[in-house]
Amino acid sequence: MSTADVEEREQEGGAARGGVSTAAAESTFHEVDDRERITPAIEFQDVTLAFDDRVILDNLSFKVNKGETKIILGGSGGGKSTTIKLILGLLKPDAGRVLVDGEDITDYTEAQMMSVRKKMGMVFQEGALFDSLSVYDNVAYRLHEQNVPEDEVEQEVRRMLRFVNLEDAIDKMPIELSGGMRRRVGIARALVGGPKIVMFDEPTAGLDPPTARTICELAIKLRDLEDVSSIFVTHEMNNVKYLTSEYAVVNDDGEIVFEEEGQRLCLTNTKVLMLRGGKIIFEGTDESLHKNQDAYIQRFIRGH
Amino acid sequence: MNFALRALLEVQETTLLAVRAAGRLFRRPSYVPEMISQMDVIGVGSLTIILLTGFFTGGVLALQTYPTLKYYGAQDQTGRLVATALVRELGPVLSGLMVAGRVASAIAAELGSMVVSQQIDAMRALGTDPVRKLVAPRLVALLITLPLLTLIADAIGIGGGWVVSTQFFDIGSGSFMAAVWDGLTTDDIIGGFVKTAAFALIIGTVACHKGLNTEGGTVGVGRSTTSAVVATSILIIVADYFITRGLQLIFGLPAG
Ligand SMILES: Nc1ncnc2c1ncn2[C@@H]1O[C@H](COP(=O)(O)OP(=O)(O)OP(=O)(O)O)[C@@H](O)[C@H]1O
Ligand SMILES: [Mg+2]
Repeated sequence: MSTADVEEREQEGGAARGGVSTAAAESTFHEVDDRERITPAIEFQDVTLAFDDRVILDNLSFKVNKGETKIILGGSGGGKSTTIKLILGLLKPDAGRVLVDGEDITDYTEAQMMSVRKKMGMVFQEGALFDSLSVYDNVAYRLHEQNVPEDEVEQEVRRMLRFVNLEDAIDKMPIELSGGMRRRVGIARALVGGPKIVMFDEPTAGLDPPTARTICELAIKLRDLEDVSSIFVTHEMNNVKYLTSEYAVVNDDGEIVFEEEGQRLCLTNTKVLMLRGGKIIFEGTDESLHKNQDAYIQRFIRGH
Repeated sequence: MNFALRALLEVQETTLLAVRAAGRLFRRPSYVPEMISQMDVIGVGSLTIILLTGFFTGGVLALQTYPTLKYYGAQDQTGRLVATALVRELGPVLSGLMVAGRVASAIAAELGSMVVSQQIDAMRALGTDPVRKLVAPRLVALLITLPLLTLIADAIGIGGGWVVSTQFFDIGSGSFMAAVWDGLTTDDIIGGFVKTAAFALIIGTVACHKGLNTEGGTVGVGRSTTSAVVATSILIIVADYFITRGLQLIFGLPAG
């Protein structure tokens, strides 16, 4: 897998799409399915973005494949949130292309973006809950907008709130919640409707370790059981460890359990990407991240 | 030069916002509940200040004009003067200014804080167009409620004039009302509606534009709020002059 990975990266840029489609045409098994799978969920092609004169993203190119989780690391102000906003079309790049499911969304109008955003979920760094709406209405927001019948809405909202362990808070207003509770409501809101692409912007920052662990488990479940592609921005190295070394399976009793990598299989669907000064300074598996000799990366991992 | 350019750009953007809001008004899903709740907030919420403003303005008009009219021996025309001044000018303008102070600030502050707390981004990320969900309902609510509020202000103002004229001055109730009906024309009423519709449009679009373009955290919200009130107030007064002039060109100069 790692050599394939390297090859893939070498082909990136202009030739990447051609290379990918010949590969798909040559494969004899499940040809259509393969082509469908081989289109990355998210792709950046030479994306550049500057605020005023400050270049935030400098010729950024990367892919997130279907079913893959991409962990984005990087110092504060490194452009991680900005990257996510570009994917949602909340910002537009100055140059380069952004593709979602093979669709070039760079020049999409706001109206066109709406249909693309339907398949994406976003957990905002600060929660960004609607503070005039109750927890229930926040989580139900997307369903209310789609005029889903109220009993179905309630069922789904309760299920999602149970998922993030917050069913008790259903009638509260956001102002009454703690920071961590707000974040979890934000996660529930993002996941309603089963989006196939989910973006987490530092979902565990400032949370106690068990809650942080629960959120990582959530991301693992989405990845392994729901085939969700995701971007997981974080500063916490233990999040990286959970996401890169554990996977979720349904055991014989029908329960979801988490197993360590190596017991039965090896994780290949979680990659790490590190941003610094608007450029990618590292891309690959967590093993190679830990082996990397770059002084900044070593300091980032060890914290000193 | 720089200032003029910036102002022009703002005018263009604000106009564009109004056009966008209008264009999306009839697309599904329609936000009728939002519209109704905004009408409640804007219309019912402004009722008290409109009643007070209307009543005392009508009263002070009677107080001020009676002595002058009496000097010319025309004091029985007080009702006419109070009514025309209110319906043509003071009703629309004062209601517009009161609502600008109360509603433009509230809209700019609310939308502004939604911007700085990323709620607008969240809304867009969840597939909702903020122009349709937030701007259009407020515009419609203003367009419906401001003319009604003005109508109420006019009526209450005439009532205020009536109270002053009949209680403090020697004008009979019947002759006051006769002068009122004598003075008002349909042109005045139409003119009043044209003005209030224009003011509603100004308040709604300028306040929403200022709110949605808030930058720089909570300090920015304060800035947006202030400039929304200042800009709408000035625009209302300037627009009032030009609309009056335009109406006079269309209807001809009023007879009295
Ligand atoms: N709207 C904006 N206008 C101007 N500069 C901005 C804007 N948004 C972000 N920036 C700048 O872009 C840079 C990247 O911001 P971004 O929010 O993407 O950082 P980040 O990697 O998410 O950081 P953190 O880990 O602290 O969340 C920062 O230096 C920030 O100052
Ligand atoms: Mg960030």
